[in-house]
Amino acid sequence: MNAFQVFRVAIRALLRNKLRSFLTTLGVVIGVAAVIAMVAIGEGAKAKVAEAFASMGSNLLIVLSGSTTSGGARGGFGSLPTLTWDDLKAMRTECNAVRYVTPQLRGSASVISEDQNWGTSVYGVSPEFFAIKDWPVASGSNISPSDIEGGTKVVVLGQTVVEKLYGGSADPVGQTVRIKNFPFQVIGVAIRKGQSVTGQDQDDVVFMPYTTFQAKIQGGLQKFVPGMLMVSATSSDDTPRAEKQIGNLLRDRHHIPIGGDDDFSIRNLTEMATAQQEGVNTITSLLASIAFVSLLVGGIGIMNIMLVSVTERTREIGIRMAVGARPLDVLAQFLVEALTLSFFGGVIGVVIGLLGANLLAGQMGWPVLVRVDIIVIAVSFSGLVGVVFGLYPAMKASRLDPIDALRFE
Amino acid sequence: MADALIEVEHIAKVYRMGDVEVHALRDVSLTISEGESVAVMGPSGSGKSTLMNVLGCLDRPTRGSYHLAGQEVSTMDRNQLARVRNRTLGFVFQSFNLLSRTSAQENVELPLLYAGVSGRERHKRAREALDRVGLGDRAHHHPNQMSGGQQQRVAIARALVARPHLMVADEPTGNLDSRTSVEIMALFQELGRSGITLLLVTHEPDIARYASRVVVMRDGLVQSDRRQTPLLADVAAAAAESFKAGVP
Repeated sequence: MNAFQVFRVAIRALLRNKLRSFLTTLGVVIGVAAVIAMVAIGEGAKAKVAEAFASMGSNLLIVLSGSTTSGGARGGFGSLPTLTWDDLKAMRTECNAVRYVTPQLRGSASVISEDQNWGTSVYGVSPEFFAIKDWPVASGSNISPSDIEGGTKVVVLGQTVVEKLYGGSADPVGQTVRIKNFPFQVIGVAIRKGQSVTGQDQDDVVFMPYTTFQAKIQGGLQKFVPGMLMVSATSSDDTPRAEKQIGNLLRDRHHIPIGGDDDFSIRNLTEMATAQQEGVNTITSLLASIAFVSLLVGGIGIMNIMLVSVTERTREIGIRMAVGARPLDVLAQFLVEALTLSFFGGVIGVVIGLLGANLLAGQMGWPVLVRVDIIVIAVSFSGLVGVVFGLYPAMKASRLDPIDALRFE
Repeated sequence: MADALIEVEHIAKVYRMGDVEVHALRDVSLTISEGESVAVMGPSGSGKSTLMNVLGCLDRPTRGSYHLAGQEVSTMDRNQLARVRNRTLGFVFQSFNLLSRTSAQENVELPLLYAGVSGRERHKRAREALDRVGLGDRAHHHPNQMSGGQQQRVAIARALVARPHLMVADEPTGNLDSRTSVEIMALFQELGRSGITLLLVTHEPDIARYASRVVVMRDGLVQSDRRQTPLLADVAAAAAESFKAGVP
């Protein structure tokens, strides 16, 4: 018998017991569907986390100034300005793993248009901020280096602010808004960024040159950076190197002795992102392994039914042997039956798993990420389950003695 | 005398049942020529079924040699025996042993499937075999839609489809009424005339009369072995028919 004939005989035998074949397959269907769905959802969650961290800025490091201590109460990082504008310039020039640096000065203010007003966050930034955040303008132009030098009174508005001041569809470029009684010209509108990881509306914001911010909004000591610095490393692999370079540079510039406490702190957001993704990975593999266990249970179900089937069809096996079936022919027949059950179970499972993943991802607002490698693994694993669990019943069938098999009632 | 199809020399078969050895065949020597029809008779426990299993290559003798169509069979492994059963032998059983829920046509094709015959050739030859047993119009019926006699004819078609030298029939008429039995025997005789050797196990003397040779077994030994002029089954069937017709 050739492979095709063996397959045909197996299909016919399975179709003779449609309900039983279906129920046997169900175990594998559920197992494979669970694996596919779990992994797809896990990948979706991972992508969601990655997306959230990417929206914070790529390869991001945050440098905060030192802490104040007054009467034994320590004020926390950022409470004592220790980072100077010269530190910022030095980072740009001396650290080769650093790509962009921007201050992020933050205040809140009321922004007033001709007939509306809106209280929002005001950020003093450099043009590099938009590169770090990957946040271009939707219309108009961005803050330019000459705006920084000149301390010009220009703003880039976030989408929410535009909606609150001008309504949804308006383009306010060229208009004038008043902040703290100074007139600012709107030169651009940033594209919509959506919610941050912590659920804040990132579009409820107004950007202006940090020089302007310091002069008009905040005031304070001109030598120090009254906020934090955002640093983007040249690549995600370079973030540890950038972190080290900045640390060494600042310790050197601030004359901190070896073993002394830093008067600044550096946060590596890439590390946080990686840690979060690893957490998601752990959960994904946990879910997937539970799903694989159910696939295994499905395989045992196949073995069970195949054993019953061999006993039930002992006489048939005897007849086949009497007319010339070799032990190998009988082995192949039952093995292919088991394989067919598990393989089709795997294929149906993939379809159901993908549908399930779509449904769940839709409800949770996650992207659906189908991993082809997992589909291939799940289907081949279900095939393997068929072979492993089909082998014993098939061998049992092939070892039957034709005389005993023919006498079996 | 024609060539010897079966040459059995001093075969014995011993089964172990727990600690007890059962000597099903003690010492049997037998030569059967091509074209003979041999009825093996004997009471139950005489070893006739064991002899049939050994001669039908379903079982191997414990001792002795068995040449079938010139091949030494007693030392073959399971795969080789399967091949011999497939190519050289055809089986007919008392309980027909057809695959249920499978059409007559497919039942008859079964040996050809294992012989590796292509689909079209299988169909053609199965059809021919069914025509030969007079069931050409029932090819697509399933066994449960057929009478006992028809089922046994399908079984005979299956046995002869691979063009065997030897047909082994184990109580082929045991489940049939006497009239159908005679019809089946007529069919066997017709096949015998075309050169197929018949080995028939039966306990009915009536049936043994249609064979050209009767071997009687007792306690694992051949008790008697005699040749006879067989009764012609088709004549007997016609006589029975006319007798029945003559009854007012």
